[in-house]
Amino acid sequence: MTRLLAALFLLFAAGAALAVPAPGTLADPAQEARARALQKELRCMVCQGESIDESNAPLAADLRALIRARIAAGESDAEIKDYLVARYGDFILMKPPFEASTYALWLTPFLVLIVAGGVAIWVVIRAGKTPQGDA
Amino acid sequence: MTGEIGQLALCLALALALVLSISGLAGARAENALARRVASSSAAGMFVFIALAFGALTYASVVSDFSILNVAQNSHTLKPLVYKISGVWGNHEGSMLLWVLVLAVYAAAVAFAKRGSERLTSAALGVQGLIAAAFLLFILFTSNPFVRLDPAPFEGDGLNPLLQDFGLAVHPPMLYAGYVGLSAAFAYAAAALITRERDWARAARPFMLAAWIALTLGIALGSWWAYYELGWGGFWFWDPVENASLMPWLIATALLHSALATERTGAFRSWTLLLAIAGFSLSLIGTFLVRSGVLSSVHAFASDPARGLYILGLLVVAIGGALALFAWRAPGLQTGASFAPVSRETALLINNVFLVAATATVFLGTLYPLVLDSLAGTKLSVGPPYFALTFAPIFAALLVLVPFGPRLGWKKGNLNEALRTLFPAFALAVVAALVALVFTSPRTLAAAGSFGLATWLVAASAIDIRKRGFRFGALASALAHAGLAVTLIGVAGTTLWRSEALEVLAPGETMYVGTYALRLDDVVGAAGPNYTAARANVTVLSGGRTVAVMHPERRVFPAERQDTAETAIRTTIFSDLYLALGDRRDATHWVLRAYVNPLAPFIWLGAVVMALGGFAALFGRLRQSRDVPAAAPALAE
Repeated sequence: MTRLLAALFLLFAAGAALAVPAPGTLADPAQEARARALQKELRCMVCQGESIDESNAPLAADLRALIRARIAAGESDAEIKDYLVARYGDFILMKPPFEASTYALWLTPFLVLIVAGGVAIWVVIRAGKTPQGDA
Repeated sequence: MTGEIGQLALCLALALALVLSISGLAGARAENALARRVASSSAAGMFVFIALAFGALTYASVVSDFSILNVAQNSHTLKPLVYKISGVWGNHEGSMLLWVLVLAVYAAAVAFAKRGSERLTSAALGVQGLIAAAFLLFILFTSNPFVRLDPAPFEGDGLNPLLQDFGLAVHPPMLYAGYVGLSAAFAYAAAALITRERDWARAARPFMLAAWIALTLGIALGSWWAYYELGWGGFWFWDPVENASLMPWLIATALLHSALATERTGAFRSWTLLLAIAGFSLSLIGTFLVRSGVLSSVHAFASDPARGLYILGLLVVAIGGALALFAWRAPGLQTGASFAPVSRETALLINNVFLVAATATVFLGTLYPLVLDSLAGTKLSVGPPYFALTFAPIFAALLVLVPFGPRLGWKKGNLNEALRTLFPAFALAVVAALVALVFTSPRTLAAAGSFGLATWLVAASAIDIRKRGFRFGALASALAHAGLAVTLIGVAGTTLWRSEALEVLAPGETMYVGTYALRLDDVVGAAGPNYTAARANVTVLSGGRTVAVMHPERRVFPAERQDTAETAIRTTIFSDLYLALGDRRDATHWVLRAYVNPLAPFIWLGAVVMALGGFAALFGRLRQSRDVPAAAPALAE
């Protein structure tokens, strides 16, 4: 089956008139794995919270093809992501970047943990000092 | 007639809700015994009339009465009966009616159970009446399900095919029983602040437990539905709407733990009140997010700014009012119970610290993009990778600490003894982690960590039962904590070891996934009651032997002009083989997606085990209160 798909892909790449656009598979398994991994990190912008790996939307299919074309052309993952972010904005990244506008997003959970932990320690110390016997 | 009966019943329910709020709050004063009796009957009456309205809408849907706009927009004569019924809550108006129905059930239960002092019960009923009145007004003015349509069409528009599914028939009522059930805890907390009653947590506990059980099962049902219906094998997407249900669950879990200490030793009195307020507030926020159309999703049936504004106003008044009441009255309740740094109380406090941080993470991940968009106009996606880096480590740290709680005594625990008792669990966990590290592929620390952690939890639960005996109280925590482990194993297995394949096949061709060979035999036409389908016959071979024939379908619903993938799942409990039929590529070629999801059923099984823990706690509690009815009221005042 993989052979068949590879053959289909080659046909496709060769520009032959082909009725069946394969879901897109790169001949090199390492490159294909990179494409799959990248797909999972990119959001399908017309869907509801799906990555382009999961989505059936035409836009997602276009982006999957675009990623493969760029990987085949020798671009790195970072270059492809940069290109897509320049084109679509940060919205396309499933993982928000760590930058000025998202410091609060990334750091607050741990800040809450530290503050709540601090309060808890204070409560425990106070409870230890409270004389026995509940009012 | 049906529509008019429903409309009238809703108006009467509103009148009774108003009577309930006034008489209930008046009954909070010791001398107003008459008001308390009025409140009890109004709660029962409110339930009857809301149930009548709900029955009227259900009847209209079942008989396809398209002179009612809501039915015309959401039903279809050809829709199977079960979906005509479940379709009642498969739309905005009907789901809000279900919302108040659940609220009324809880109010009637509070009135009937008469837990806690008369004054406390009365004030709690008053608060429930206020909430019911606010939501009934919302329904009557912005979301009336009984609006007429003239002339009535011959055929309805149908229901979103994704919602025509058994899982989704039971998911919303279950989820609402949890979501809205937190209103009872909220009402008791507000009542405690109003009456300065201290023993409210004991009175509210069965309602908290019922809500928590329903929420646990409701979330699991939603996740299960997404798994088999959406067709790509995922079970949790960190979708804002999922998050909106997870936040109340996390806070309800924190509340159950904190309330335990409050009840037992009087510790964290005001904190427990605050959690009760926060739990229901998050339910309201969830309702707002889902119903206002701020978030678009399969759940957001309608986007109407008027509705959004109303719920936002309600939200501000309810949460603001409760917090103001808290700020005013809570300082008077503070007692400052005494406990040692190593004690059950400290363990419960640590539990709360982590659960609050986890909730904050989900809250932030859900709302940050909305806030950033409205403030800076920047669009941002907060997807699974964010939660993997924030929520996951916080929750994992909590799980590491979970087994210590039940092993530490109230007031003063013995850490050395706890460590000694738990040592076998620790040893087993290390073995499990090593086994996972050595014998699984790909070798990952995540697998070792997950399996070590899960073993740690299960073994510690077993030790706990052995030590404390086969009692409801011990079973409750042991099952709930072991359930976490079961879910953890499912999540780890599915995310770490899933194999997947996506290929274009013509009949006769074979594809491979995991250890299976899948041969597409043919794709034939099939017809359902309200859809037509392309049904694939896929022969599953393992080691050259046929093990199954599976039938994933692609369904087309003409009435709704939509198509869906009906997945085929073959489960052995330890692994799911999951097939979804994709698009047709040409006359003979079809896209077929296949996944092997190891341990996937454990995800939902774990939730069931957790819920069983909740049931054990609930039964233990109800039996206990039946056994000592005379002693309880004396303690109350």
